Amino acid sequence: MKVLMKGNEAVAEAAIRAGCRHYFAYPITPQSELIEYMAKMMPKVGGTFVQAESEIAAINMVYGAAGCGKRAMTSSSSPGISLKQEGISYCSGAELPCVVVNVQRGGPGLGDIQPAQGDYFQATKGGGHGDYRIIVLAPASVQEFADMAAQAFDLADKYRNPVMILSDGMLGQMMEPVEFAEPATEDDLERLDKQHWDWCMHPNQDEPNHHHHEINSLEIDPVVLEQHVIALGKKFDRMEAAEKSWEEYNLAPDNEILCVAFGTASRIVKSAIDDLKEEGVNIGLIRPINVWPYPSEAIAAALTDKTKLVYTFELSLGQMVEDVRLAVNGKAPVEFYGKVGGIVFTPEEVKDKLKLALKV
Amino acid sequence: MQVIATRPKSLTDVGFTYCPGCLHGVAHRLIAEAMDELGMRNQTMGIAPVGCSVFAYKFFNCDMAEAAHGRAPAVATGMKRARPDMHVFTYQGDGDLAAIGTAEIVHAANRGEHFSVFFVNNAIYGMTGGQMAPTTLPAMKTSTSPYGRDVDDIGYPIAVCEMLNSLKAPYFIERVSLLSPQDILKARKAVMKAMRYNKEERGFTFVELISTCPTNWGLDPLKSCEWARENMLPYFPIGNFRDKGAEGGDK
Amino acid sequence: MKYEMICSGFGGQGALTVGKFLALAGMNEGKHVSWLPSYGPEMRGGTANVSTVISDRPVASPLVTTPDILVALNQPSLDKFGPDVREGGLIIANSDLCPGGFEREGVDIVFLPMNTIAKECGSIKVTNMVSIGALLSRSDVVKIESVKNALQELLAEKKPALLEANFKAIDEGLARGKA
Ligand SMILES: Cc1ncc(C[n+]2csc(CCOP(=O)(O)OP(=O)(O)O)c2C)c(N)n1
Repeated sequence: MKVLMKGNEAVAEAAIRAGCRHYFAYPITPQSELIEYMAKMMPKVGGTFVQAESEIAAINMVYGAAGCGKRAMTSSSSPGISLKQEGISYCSGAELPCVVVNVQRGGPGLGDIQPAQGDYFQATKGGGHGDYRIIVLAPASVQEFADMAAQAFDLADKYRNPVMILSDGMLGQMMEPVEFAEPATEDDLERLDKQHWDWCMHPNQDEPNHHHHEINSLEIDPVVLEQHVIALGKKFDRMEAAEKSWEEYNLAPDNEILCVAFGTASRIVKSAIDDLKEEGVNIGLIRPINVWPYPSEAIAAALTDKTKLVYTFELSLGQMVEDVRLAVNGKAPVEFYGKVGGIVFTPEEVKDKLKLALKV
Repeated sequence: MQVIATRPKSLTDVGFTYCPGCLHGVAHRLIAEAMDELGMRNQTMGIAPVGCSVFAYKFFNCDMAEAAHGRAPAVATGMKRARPDMHVFTYQGDGDLAAIGTAEIVHAANRGEHFSVFFVNNAIYGMTGGQMAPTTLPAMKTSTSPYGRDVDDIGYPIAVCEMLNSLKAPYFIERVSLLSPQDILKARKAVMKAMRYNKEERGFTFVELISTCPTNWGLDPLKSCEWARENMLPYFPIGNFRDKGAEGGDK
Repeated sequence: MKYEMICSGFGGQGALTVGKFLALAGMNEGKHVSWLPSYGPEMRGGTANVSTVISDRPVASPLVTTPDILVALNQPSLDKFGPDVREGGLIIANSDLCPGGFEREGVDIVFLPMNTIAKECGSIKVTNMVSIGALLSRSDVVKIESVKNALQELLAEKKPALLEANFKAIDEGLARGKA
């Protein structure tokens, strides 16, 4: 059955259904419906909701709960996500699975509260310190936003690493029909609870089965830390090899322009592409669904000898452009159009840019 | 024509952005009047918080800085240390000061920084639409305490004056209310005193102003004041906690 | 078919709810829908508006810039969005709060005194429902029954007393809109 729901609420509901029983966050617009939904629902499912005193506290509460092997989540919007970067780095260093949702707004600094994609660098290049990577899922609809909750937890558990869902104010505030997966059963919860028992903190036993598990990112001996970081690096390589995801839209051998856009921006671009198609112009789009790891090969494969231009559309000053350039690798010029400050471009504006480029 | 009342010089002519019945405007005016009366305007810098009063940097007619959420006392420390010949004040809400900014306020107070802090306590997060604040009363319903604040789960409201009063360094700590004209007159005196001490470089001065939030409490302005009087004042009693400048010194 | 709509009014007038019920009705008819509100402090007392798209195909952009239909519950909304309505589009406006009127060639404009009608139906709170009735008298974006079913579902439990006034307001809007 479909229900009409805001993205913020849908992702919260989906996380609960995916077995998340530990959620910690601090209010911020345009994410507050998520924390408010959790405040309302967590007590009903016997879960834990704590409104932390800050985003720094919230991510560290996640560190604690994830260290106990629980599916733990936090969410915020851009300024709060900046504060979580330290904790995300620690989670990655200590190899803790957890989910962080960013409902992006305009920045830098306090910025505004309207939709933006200016946290792309922070999300995909590692906003915290040290050698770490996180998988970043970028939804483009309320349904996808919701579906990504379970997906994010699965990936986090699989790799023992934080996973981020990178949405924005539009996806958070918008209502669309959404269909939910069946909620985790008691058996599922039991299984989830046990899955990390070989390393997480949990009730102990006497010898000989006594365990001593450490949740830690410190290794004072550089020789040992080197090995740890190299091992992390190999894990990140595995993530990169296995977790690329993208959507191909209207790709055709005669595309003269290939668009690249993710999340909210990609929806606007799709509208422009649909309109142009009615006017007889065929333009293709690659939408990275996961923005890290980045679907470089998909972009490269979409290029043909007809491709005159690769056009990147973003709600930022062009933070994804360098990833697109790396993927295109000089085979075609890469152009960029974006809006910033919480302003979202219209399909008409995108259409005009594409028409100008095609000189039609 | 006879002028009965004018805007203090220390307020700009930018219109307030507050909801009808909000008391932030009153608090602004008290601080501005103190600056005017003490002739401090040209030597004063203020810091706006993140909260409903985020635009206070537009309203006070002196140099103003906007800080990150909760960090005003740290920013103020930097400003005062960089320009010791100027006077500094911060203006903060309860979420800003007593949640995300608890570390900053405690340590600024503990260092006895030479600036004034005006702390507006309305027991809720106004700006973000009515979530629980560290000062939300027991059993009070907000959008993130939909079943009422459960003190066994999330703790009791933090009484900030009492907490800061456990520190040695602060020079002046007082809690006042904005809930009636009489209270406002008393509040005016406390604000004036804090700013005078500030001007005289006596030390860290702190005034908590008990306020309301008609919009997020869902009450009209008058009922909000009544509600606050009945519910907030018993928990947050008004009075002076510390006045090192008064006869008898430390209280 | 794809319908793009903007519903706008003062905060508290229920403009967002107009969009929500149309979207709910559309969803229950098996259509693709999206509902994207303006948000933030401007909503307190200022104008609140929502982009609603109802379509046979997946909704690409949920952002409406040239609406097929505009529901304007007050003058600022009419002034702001009226000029953007598509040629041949429809404007439903609340004459009680649009003293300045609005003139434009090439669009169908329906003025109804919605506050007055709502009060006649039993509550000023159902002003927005008058606009839904009026809209559906001129457009088949969704079926009237779908809207009523959605209302029934939502209100039957919580506020059954308001249900009748809501239905009455829709019917009245429908009748007067046709006239
Ligand atoms: C790092 C960060 N987290 C969260 C926010 C969102 N935010 C803005 S104002 C506010 C709370 C303000 O409440 P309070 O300090 O009580 O002041 P009031 O609005 O009630 O005057 C929050 C959480 C933010 N801007 N930055």
